[in-house]
Formats: sequence, C-alpha cells, structure tokens
Amino acid sequence: MGIDVSSIKADFPIFDRQINGKPIVYLDSGATSQKPNAVLDAMDNYYRNHSASVNRGAYTLAAEANDLVDEARQLVADFIGAPNTHEVIFTKNATEAANLFAHSWGRSNLSQGDVVVITEMEHHANIVPWHMLVESNGIELRWIPITDSGELDLSELDVLLDGAKLVSVTAMSNVLGTMNPIRRIADAAHAAGAIMMTDGSQYVPHVPTNVTEMGVDAMIFTGHKMLGPTGVGVFWGTTELLEAMPPFLGGGDMIMQVTKEGFTTNALPHKFEAGTPMVAEIIGLGAAIKYLNNIGMEQVREHEVALTAYALRSLNERFGDDITIHGPSEPASRGGALSMAYKEVHPHDLSQVLDQANVCVRAGHHCAKPLMQVMGVNSTARASLYIYNDEADIDALADALESADDIFGMGF
Amino acid sequence: MPGLEDLYKEIILDHYRNPRNRGELPPPACKTEGFNPLCGDEIVVYAHIVDDHIVDIKMGGQGCSISQSSASMMSQAVKGKSLDEVRKLTGEFKAMMSIPGKDDAPAASESSAAEIEAAKAAASAGDAGNIAGAAEKPDLSMGDLSALKGVVKFPVRIKCAVLSWNTLLEAIEQAS
Ligand SMILES: Cc1ncc(COP(=O)(O)O)c(C=O)c1O
Repeated sequence: MGIDVSSIKADFPIFDRQINGKPIVYLDSGATSQKPNAVLDAMDNYYRNHSASVNRGAYTLAAEANDLVDEARQLVADFIGAPNTHEVIFTKNATEAANLFAHSWGRSNLSQGDVVVITEMEHHANIVPWHMLVESNGIELRWIPITDSGELDLSELDVLLDGAKLVSVTAMSNVLGTMNPIRRIADAAHAAGAIMMTDGSQYVPHVPTNVTEMGVDAMIFTGHKMLGPTGVGVFWGTTELLEAMPPFLGGGDMIMQVTKEGFTTNALPHKFEAGTPMVAEIIGLGAAIKYLNNIGMEQVREHEVALTAYALRSLNERFGDDITIHGPSEPASRGGALSMAYKEVHPHDLSQVLDQANVCVRAGHHCAKPLMQVMGVNSTARASLYIYNDEADIDALADALESADDIFGMGF
Repeated sequence: MPGLEDLYKEIILDHYRNPRNRGELPPPACKTEGFNPLCGDEIVVYAHIVDDHIVDIKMGGQGCSISQSSASMMSQAVKGKSLDEVRKLTGEFKAMMSIPGKDDAPAASESSAAEIEAAKAAASAGDAGNIAGAAEKPDLSMGDLSALKGVVKFPVRIKCAVLSWNTLLEAIEQAS
C-alpha cells in the first residue's frame, strides 16, 4: 500500500492556503519541510499546558516538561538506531552540530598536518568548520572527487585516507540527490585509523536510518527538514566518542560541580547541552518523528523513489535536450533532490517564473559552492520532494517550466 | 501579485541577451568583484579611471537577467562620466530600488500588495531614498535604467539589480 498523499496533505495547514487564488505547489522540502498539525499541536500543548524549565524544578509541571523532552530524545534515538539515548545531543540545527564536533573533538584531537577528508558534494556546514580548523590547527583538508554523473569517485580512496584522522561525508547530496555508500567509506576510514562522521540532513528525513548499520561514529541532522520546527538539530555520537570529547559551550546544565576554582562536567547528554534548551522545538521534533513513524519510513522512501522516477521520466520525455537534471539517473540510488538546468534560462529567473504558478523551487548555490565550481555552474534550480508531493505537483512544475518560454523563448 | 511583464521588460531582456561593454580591461584599470551570497550571482567591474573620470569600463561575471542587464545598462550610463556624476547616478538608482523605511532589500518578499503599492507611490513622490531628493525626477538621467523600476515589486530581486552598482562604487573607492 502506497502513501495516500491527499490524506497526508490534509494534515498540513499550509496547504489550505492559496496564493492569488491558486494552491501552493511546494517543491522545496530540501530547504525546509512543511509542518503537520501534529507538530504544531505538540508545541502549542507544551506552551499552554506544560510550560516549565527542564532539568531544574521538582514540581509537577517541570516533571511533565522533563518527561516530554525525554520522550522526544528516545524517539530520536530509536529513529536513527542509536544504541543509547544519551548519545542524542540536541543542537540548534545541523550546522551547530557540525561546529560542536569540529570545535570540541576537532580542536582537541587535530594538530598540524592531520588530515580531514570530505567530499566535493558537501554542504557548507560540513566544509567551513573544517576550513576553520585549517586556520586554527593547521590541519590538511582533502576532497573526495565526484564523477560526471554526480557520484563519489572512490578509486583513489586509499590514497586520500592515508594519514586521515576524520572522514566526513554526506549521506545524501542536497544538490544532486546522490546517496553515498557510507558503510563502505566508514569501513575504509576505520581501516585507515580514522573516525567517520556523516551528514544525515538530507538522508534521515527520507530514508530509514540506522547509525550502527551505517558504521559511523557520528552523525548530524536537522529537525526542520523532517517535518519538525526550526531551531532544533541533532548531534549523535557513540558513547565512547562523546565521553572523550571536551565540552563545547559552558554554562548551566552542562556542569556537575562549579567552584571558584573550576567546574566538572555533567553526564551525557547534558555535558553538551549548555543552558535552557529549546524545549518546545525538541517536543515538536519528537512529534514529527511520531508522524513519520506512523506512515513508516519504508513507505516514505518507496513513495519518493516512485515520485522521483516519475519526475525524471516525465520531465525528460517532455523537454528532451532542453532540460538537464543533475545527479544519478537511477531513482533507486538517489533521493528526491532534482537540480536542473532548463534551456539557457538562469535559475533565478526560472524560479521567478515558476513562482507565478505558486511552484516553489530553490534557485542558487544551495550552500555547496565547491560543488557548483566542480559542476561548472554558479547556481541551479532545485525541486525537492517529500511525502506531501504527488504526480500533479510534477506536472505543475512541467507546465510552469514551459511558461518560461513565453519570456525567455527567443534566442535562449 | 505583480505580473512578470513588470520585471522582464523587453529592454532588460535585450541587455541580457546582448550585454554591452562585456569583457576585461588590463591594468591600470582597476578590477573589483561583487557577489550575491544568496544566489551566487557575480559581477566583475573593470574601470579605467583617469582624472576623476571613467574613461573606459568593462563588465564580467555571470548571473540572472536582472543582475546582468543592470550591469550592462550601468556600464553604458557611466562611461565617460565624472566620478561625482557616477556617485549621483548611483544614488538615484539605489533610491529607485529602495522601499521606504527599509535601508536594504528585505530578506523575504512577504510585503503585501498594499506595501508595494505604497512603495511605488512613495518612489514616484520622491521620498523613497536615503539620499535626499535623489528620486525626485527618476526618469531624467536614468534612460534605459528606468526599465528596472519594476524590480522593486519583487523585493528579493533588488539585490540582483544593485549588485553591479555596489561593485562599481568599490572600484571608485579604490581609485580615489
Ligand atoms: C546536506 C545538508 N547539510 C547541512 C545542512 C544545514 O542544515 P541547517 O541549516 O539546518 O543547519 C543542510 C541544509 O541546508 C543540508 O542540506
């Protein structure tokens, strides 16, 4: 049984909205997803009925708030197959999670000449923190190249891994949709004596995830791309790794003892969660996971493979050489991020034209400038899919693309 | 919702398809680069400045129709002009591109139709800009550039239109 998109859409209040009398065709879930009532209600319920600070009070309200956060942490841990709940560290977003790791583990474990290996298809969140360590600690940054079809070229992996202390690779490209062989790279990294992190920001929302099966030591991802609110992300690390890492931010909640002379750190996960956390957002993320679990992540993935297949087939049939869709052509080996070039129309102009039909796509470099340089473009227009999209949305995209010809037709 | 015909005027598309003064200039012309971090558009300005005049100008870079046509029109408008004239023209252009009460283009285009109408009214009434009186006669010295006026109705695109101008200002600062 596939997903019933119309009943899913009914759970998302934004789709009740019309702009200029027309419904919204939302194809930008790679940037951020829409939110179902279940998430909005859970956050509202916290503020209305259980609002209290966590980890501090002994009274009933505070205990309820604590329970809600604990439940959400358990939901996250189960969702990604984490062996221990205390390994789930809440951060502001994936970017902060990457910075937590680079700052805490990176600064204390990496020195002059140590090698960090990333790939040409990383998001800036998994690039710039390492660039910062090049500056502060003198590390060397190496790049796994990509092939013309937008997959990782692993032919020189052994050479690249020589001397590596960390390998950090996105599980799914936000531009190309490519799904990378994380297990294979993690095994090679470990054999070379390095630890392995993956960026799950585009993967966790769309594919059943198990960090143990992936063989990684750490993973980052972000709540707002998986039906959750903005303002909450996750750093997951193995207990062994987290125990060995120094704290990141200092302050309340992360301490066991504070004296005039110094401090000792709290137990996991609190060691890495300084200050009052984003309680409502954590609860919202928990509700998003419950919602996804109700559908079933296998179903989510199945739906997106089918819809991606439809999009690739119908757009290529309709536009032939006038359209280029970047990334792998086999739907089963990619996600639903479809970066495209249509004729010679600049992506920025294209998205403006699509907006006339309320078709929301993202134009730009997608925070992946090194990838843009490798691809030889300075931006793309990207449509990205999720559970509330269906074939009608793809057809609306295709119709809107054609309308660009009215303006940019001749000579382009 | 404003129509695309307000944005993609024929003259804009013409400058986009056939950019004027495209190319490079060797030193002593100065070279400055501008980036729009939002969308990746880039503009390169080569300006040869002698005796406080732009004696020659060439434009490079790549980007959308708005950023590239604005650059092309700008290059025509400023070539041969004194730096004072260029500064004044830049002020007028930016005034034409600004929404009252906002120093810069807003990040999101959530402006209501009413706001945009107010912006248009204010712009033609001459109190739009931060440079006093700059917008009083927007069409006089603007020439082709006034075709870009419609961009204000699409606030996210304002940054595209002013990118080349800011890059030129940098070149002028460097030279003086
Ligand atoms: C692959 C990837 N990594 C990291 C991020 C950063 O997520 P956030 O902006 O929520 O920190 C994104 C989102 O843009 C992404 O697509």
